Amino acid sequence: MNHTDPTDSETSDADRSSTDTLGMTRSDTTAKVKASIKKRYARERRFRLYGLIAILSSLSFLAILVFTITKNGLPAFKQTFIQLDVTLDAKTLGLGDEPDQAQLLKANYNGTIKKALLAQFPDVKKRKDKKALYKLISKGGQYDLQRQVMESPDLIGQSKTVWLPAGDDASGYLKGMVDVTIPEKKRRFKDNQIEWIESLKQDNRVAERFNWTFFERGDSREPEMAGIKGALFGSILTLMVTLILSFPIAVASAIYLEEFAPRNKWTDIIEVNINNLAAVPSIVFGLLGLAVFINFFQLPRSAPVVGGLVLSLMTLPTIIISSRAALKSVPPSIRDAALGLGASNLQVVFHHVLPLALPGILTGTIIGMAQALGETAPLLMIGMVAFIVDVPATITDPATVLPVQIFQWADLPEKGFVEKTSAAIMVLLAFLVAMNTFAVILRRKFERKW
Amino acid sequence: MFVAAYWIGRSKATGMRNLATKAQPLHSLPRYYGYQMLIWCAVPAITVFALWMGLESTVLTKLVKLSLPDEIRNLPGGEFNLIINDIKNIAVGNISQSQSDPIRTTAAADYSINLGFSKWARAVVVLVAGLLGAYFGYKRITYSARARIFVEKVIMIFLITCSCLAILTTVGIVLSVLFESLRFFDKVPFSDFAFGLHWSPQTSIRADQVGSSGSFGAVPIFAGTLLISAIAMLVAVPFGLMSAIYLAEYATPRVRAWVKPLLEILAGIPTVVYGFFAALTVAPMIRGFGESIGLSVASESALAAGLVMGIMIIPFVSSLSDDVITAVPQSMRDGSLGLGATKSETIRKVVIPAALPGVVGGILLAVSRAIGETMIVVMAAGLAANLTINPLEAVTTVTVQIVTLLTGDQAFDSPKTLAAFALGLMLFVTTLILNVIALRTVRKYREQYE
Repeated sequence: MNHTDPTDSETSDADRSSTDTLGMTRSDTTAKVKASIKKRYARERRFRLYGLIAILSSLSFLAILVFTITKNGLPAFKQTFIQLDVTLDAKTLGLGDEPDQAQLLKANYNGTIKKALLAQFPDVKKRKDKKALYKLISKGGQYDLQRQVMESPDLIGQSKTVWLPAGDDASGYLKGMVDVTIPEKKRRFKDNQIEWIESLKQDNRVAERFNWTFFERGDSREPEMAGIKGALFGSILTLMVTLILSFPIAVASAIYLEEFAPRNKWTDIIEVNINNLAAVPSIVFGLLGLAVFINFFQLPRSAPVVGGLVLSLMTLPTIIISSRAALKSVPPSIRDAALGLGASNLQVVFHHVLPLALPGILTGTIIGMAQALGETAPLLMIGMVAFIVDVPATITDPATVLPVQIFQWADLPEKGFVEKTSAAIMVLLAFLVAMNTFAVILRRKFERKW
Repeated sequence: MFVAAYWIGRSKATGMRNLATKAQPLHSLPRYYGYQMLIWCAVPAITVFALWMGLESTVLTKLVKLSLPDEIRNLPGGEFNLIINDIKNIAVGNISQSQSDPIRTTAAADYSINLGFSKWARAVVVLVAGLLGAYFGYKRITYSARARIFVEKVIMIFLITCSCLAILTTVGIVLSVLFESLRFFDKVPFSDFAFGLHWSPQTSIRADQVGSSGSFGAVPIFAGTLLISAIAMLVAVPFGLMSAIYLAEYATPRVRAWVKPLLEILAGIPTVVYGFFAALTVAPMIRGFGESIGLSVASESALAAGLVMGIMIIPFVSSLSDDVITAVPQSMRDGSLGLGATKSETIRKVVIPAALPGVVGGILLAVSRAIGETMIVVMAAGLAANLTINPLEAVTTVTVQIVTLLTGDQAFDSPKTLAAFALGLMLFVTTLILNVIALRTVRKYREQYE
């Protein structure tokens, strides 16, 4: 350190034999190290702590995310119903003597429900109050009633006790999500509505059941009637197309690249290409789908076919890369043995190497599928964002998928959609967890150390 | 039919094998003859089917066009297509016939007859093609036919075709994005796009409307993208890198086995979920916090989107750096520790410098992820193209603009939709360059220590 210092080198002439290259005596060095050691250890502990903090905070981000979603989403799995005595007289329904199915379809069920509500609360007279009263029952209630009447038309003229789904604000209140301490003016759910609900509660006319509607219906503008069935089926159809297209193609190209391809410029280009494709932003694949499949090949917009095509192009690199890794891990001795017994090159691969690599390939495929299931952006590009109520039946029907449904619901202003969105996210995450667990189990079970 | 072809071929060959003599042996195993016949049967049938499907709609539309009166046939393209669509819809039964004029109804009736005929004709032609092929294949089953060689050649061609698909995808992306971009730059000069400071893509329908000429200066968009990506990297790099260091150097194998998959869950969560989380929880939180200390924060601030995106990228950075750090040879650590350095000193002065190229490569990959990330910014960042570096204001990004420009119903050749492709081209080129550099660096680094 101070070997340039002239005084030092002059005075300690005798010590020179025991001086190291830095011009310090050994005892000097020891003293210095000893003095700094405390600081260095403190720094060591600090460094270690930073690492720990980084990990813990990353994990707590995960925990917070899961917790918020669950907290918001759990109420959506419960649906509140209100019991009403409806009188199905032909006059209110606006029906003639011998109504056919078409007339039944168009009958005024809404009016019937309103009448029943007014009968329940005879004191409500003002227009404004009546309007508030009607809001207690969901607009979807009339379709429930419609279905019941159409199934058995002889109900007409009779009185019937039915359970109808509660409206958005009412069910929010019943689930305890309305803060009653806020002054009435700032609240969507007013005091008189609370009064009515409480009186219904006392008559045992309010019930909470598991929300089958959520799984049995398609999209809707009314949060309490909206379900994920349409999106779920859309996702399944899209993933089916993706799997059917991408799995054979990916495995075939992995086999070629790993087992047969000569090492030359051409295969090098293919390899670099695949690695690059794996890192191309997903939205670019959406642009490709829009320009090529929809504008050039004139395939239908919003259809699972196109979604599946785009997603399979996207998952191909993932599956190819993991399949190649799986094929590579099969030891060459297996190939040599098969070749030695007279198998042809293709027989070696298809009879021996491929079955051994299959668990690894399947694991990679499942992970690729999980990625495809969560993908949103490219599907927005090819028009899978339309408001679609019907459940898609074939791969050319207009459809939407689960993540896109989540995206659409997240944009809607109604309070009820916040819980629906969170619940849909929970369903999506459940699927992803199931797929990934399956992949891990597969890997654990069939993993072989050669 | 295909199964039958296989069985016929195979049983013929089996019969022949039973009669085979030493002087005239059967060249391949019987099942290869089955496969050979299957190929002869399937290839022509599928080719004919695909051709028919491809040409069907064009031919049918032509036929409809011929049957229509002259005044309709001479309508401009858009209106004409509408009428054709109407006719098709009537034929399928989507629109009730009573609502439309007789010309369309008769045309629709013709169309549906033609459609039915086409279906039958298709079935017959495909069947004939398959049978002819099968007959030809059946003839080729002889003692000296080299069925296995033939089958293997076909499979090989299939494998090669599949692996070239990756290249085809890239070419498809480049072409589709490039063509539309060129059309865009025909209408808007490139210099306006690349250096213009004002972005408002609204083009009006009538020429005299206010703000009718859209302006396409993309600089604010690029700046917004950079700002959000920079915030994301500020979160992801320290957290990701420190997590990786802790996991690779300090953690016990047990901890590592638990924490690593947990961190990877963060990467597996669909981006739409992060978007929802950012919009619902993080953005209001930042806004509330900002207001409490007297700052005005936009409700769709760049900070919220950047933070959440950073969280999403943490596992990406950490798993890449983890791989790279564990690849540093143990001897280097031993050398440093042997000279008396503490563990943290070893990591900072030896391991990290040695792993630096790999770490940088990983970070570049993460940057390209951040730039291409779509859903988080679509849901949590704004639409207004502000040119600012204040993270509390709303900015917009390339991906957000692509999504908003393309999800509306727009004529495909308006400058608005074409602008999306120009932005897509920029995005693709930028991420491609980043990826190529990153992948090269990582690969070189790997080779250095292998």
